[in-house]
Amino acid sequence: MLRYFAMRLLSGAGMLLALTLLIFILTRLTPGDPIDAYLDPNVPLSQEEVNALRTHLGLDRPLPEQYLAWLGEAARGNLGHSLQRFNETVTGLIAQRVGPTLLLMGSGIAISIILGVSTGVFTAVRRDTLPDFALSATALLGISSPAFLTALLGLYVASVRLKWAPSGGLLTPGAEFSAWDLLQHLLLPALLLSIGQAALIMRYMRASMLEVLNQDYVRTARAKGVREFQVVAKHALRNALLPVLTLIGSTIGLAIGGAIFIERVFNWPGMGLLLVSAVETRDYPVIMGATLVIGSCVIVVNILTDLSYALVDPRIKVG
Amino acid sequence: MSASPVLKIEGLRTDFRIGRHAISAVDDIDLVIPAGETLALVGESGSGKSVTARSVMRLLPRKLGMIAAGSVWFTGKDGQTRDLTKLDEDAMRSVRGREIGMVFQEPMTSLNPVFTVGEQIAEPLRVHSGATHSAALRTAIELIGRVGIPDPAKRAQQYPHELSGGMRQRITIAMALVCDPVLLIADEPTTALDVTIQAEILELLRKLQRERKMAMLFVTHNLGVVAEIAQRVAVMYAGRIVETGPVAEVFAAPRHPYTIGLLHSLPRLGQGSAMRRAGVRLPSIPGVMASIADMPKGCQFAPRCGFAADPCRVEIPPLAEVAAQRRARCIRWREIAA
Repeated sequence: MLRYFAMRLLSGAGMLLALTLLIFILTRLTPGDPIDAYLDPNVPLSQEEVNALRTHLGLDRPLPEQYLAWLGEAARGNLGHSLQRFNETVTGLIAQRVGPTLLLMGSGIAISIILGVSTGVFTAVRRDTLPDFALSATALLGISSPAFLTALLGLYVASVRLKWAPSGGLLTPGAEFSAWDLLQHLLLPALLLSIGQAALIMRYMRASMLEVLNQDYVRTARAKGVREFQVVAKHALRNALLPVLTLIGSTIGLAIGGAIFIERVFNWPGMGLLLVSAVETRDYPVIMGATLVIGSCVIVVNILTDLSYALVDPRIKVG
Repeated sequence: MSASPVLKIEGLRTDFRIGRHAISAVDDIDLVIPAGETLALVGESGSGKSVTARSVMRLLPRKLGMIAAGSVWFTGKDGQTRDLTKLDEDAMRSVRGREIGMVFQEPMTSLNPVFTVGEQIAEPLRVHSGATHSAALRTAIELIGRVGIPDPAKRAQQYPHELSGGMRQRITIAMALVCDPVLLIADEPTTALDVTIQAEILELLRKLQRERKMAMLFVTHNLGVVAEIAQRVAVMYAGRIVETGPVAEVFAAPRHPYTIGLLHSLPRLGQGSAMRRAGVRLPSIPGVMASIADMPKGCQFAPRCGFAADPCRVEIPPLAEVAAQRRARCIRWREIAA
C-alpha cells in the first residue's frame, strides 16, 4: 500500500515535470513577449530601455537556463513574481483564486455526479419508456452541445431573460457577504458546468446498470425477497458504479477546461480567469504556476479515483 | 399426508412475448409436491423446466414472460393455501426467500461480488424477519457450518471470489435455507460443478431436505441425478409434461417414447470400450426439439418419434393415466408398454 502510494506520487511528479516543460516550450513558442504586452504604446521606450528591462526580467538568458532557474525556484516553493503585477507573487495570486475555482468545480462535479447517476439509474430501470427516451435525448443534446453554447445560452435564458440568477461575479459588489448571495451566484455557472459531464455520466450509468440488472446475482436478490428498490439501489448500483467511477475520475481533468470557459463567461474570479489573462499578457510565471497547480490537482484526483475502486469493489486490492 | 400438498400446480401456462406475439413457453403443467418429497423436473435445454420453476417464484424476465393461465397453489408455514399467481407483488415478495428458497445453476455468477457471503446469507433474515445485523450474521455463520464449510466465522467475512465453485454453491444453498422455507426450488444446482463436487452437493441437499422435511422441486437434465435425489419425476418436452410418476417405475418401464429415448441415450459406465469395439454408437434421439415459436400440429414429439402414426399428428394427446400415480402423454402407450 505505502509502496503503491510512493510509486504513484513519483510517477505523478514525473508527469508534472513533463507538463511544466511542455508549457514552458509552448509559451516561448507563442509570438510576443511580456514586454510587448506590458508597455504602454503611448509612452514609447527606447531600445536600450527595453533591453535593460529584458535583462532585468531574465528574458535574455538562454531558454534552458530560464527553465532550470524556474524549476529550481519552484522546487523550493517559490513560483516567482507576476510580470504584469510586480507587487504580487504568483503563489499569492493563485492562493486568492484557487478557492473560488475549487468551489465552482466541486459544485459542478457534485451536481453532475448526483444528476448523472440518478438519471442513469432511473432511465435504466424505466428502460424503453417515455421518460427514458426524453432523458436520453436530452443527454445526447447535452453531450453534443459545446460548452460555449450551453454557457452563453444558459446565461442568456436564465439570467438575462428570466432574471433567475445574477449574470456573473462571485458576490454582489458592495453588498455584505452572505452565503445566500454566494449560492445565487454559484448555482447557474455550476449547473452549466455540470451539464456535459452529467449527460456523459448518465449514459454510462444507464448502460452499466442495464448490464448489471441482467446479472444472475440480481435475480438471486429478487429470489430472496429483497424489495425492488433495494435490489436496484443496493445490489445493482454498487456493481454498476465501477465503470462509471473510471469515467468520473478521468473527466474531472476535462471539467477543468470547462471551468476555465465558464469562469470567463461568468466573470468568476478563479484560476481559469487568472490563466486566461496571464496567457493574453504573456505573464510566463503565472502561466507556469497555474498549470503546475491545476496539473497537481488532476494527478491527485486520479490517485484518489484508483483508491476509490478498492472501496467499492472488494476484488480490487490496491498495492 | 392429510394436509394439502406444499405445491400444487394446475394447468399452468406461461407465455413469452416475442415481438407482438405471445408464445407459450410452457403449457398445461400439472404438478404436485407433498411436504418432504422431491420432484425432479427433467428435460433437455429449452423444454421449459426452468420456466416452470421460475413461474412458481414469478421470477420471469420482466415484460417478456408472464403467467397466462392456471394456478400455483402453495401451502405456506401458516397452513394457509394460496394461489401464488393471484398475489400482489408485496405478498409475493414475502413468499420469496421466506417460504420458498431457490438455488440457481451458476454459483460463479449468482452471488453478488461486492458483498461478503455472510451478509448475503443474512440478508433474507433481515428482509423478512427484521432481524438485527449481528443476530442475522450469527445465524448465517451457523448455517455456513451446517452446509459443510469449515471455519464458518472466517468464511462469512470473505467475498465470493475468494471461494471455490463448490463452496459458493454451498453458500447459495445456505442462502436459500436461512429462513427455513417449506419449499426449495433447485434449478440445475449441480450442472456447473465438477462431478465429485456434484455428488457432495446432492448429498448435502438430500440431507438438509430430510432434516427440514422440506418439499423440493429439482430441475435437471441429468437422469442420473434424478435417480439419486427424487422420489417422483416429471419429464418435460417442448413446454409440456410428457410423462410423470415415481422415479423407479418410470425408469424401469417408461411409457412415453421420449422417456425411452432419453434412457437409451444414457452412457453406461464400462460399456464405452465394448461399444467401440463392436462399432456401436451411443443411441440418440434423431432430430431436434421443435422451437416453441413453430410447434408441429398434434403431438410435439411426433416428428422425432419412431412410434408416431397418423392420429399422433392430429391433436396434442392428453396426459393419460397409465397406472396408479403414473401418467404419460402418448396415445400409443399401451403398445409401447407391450
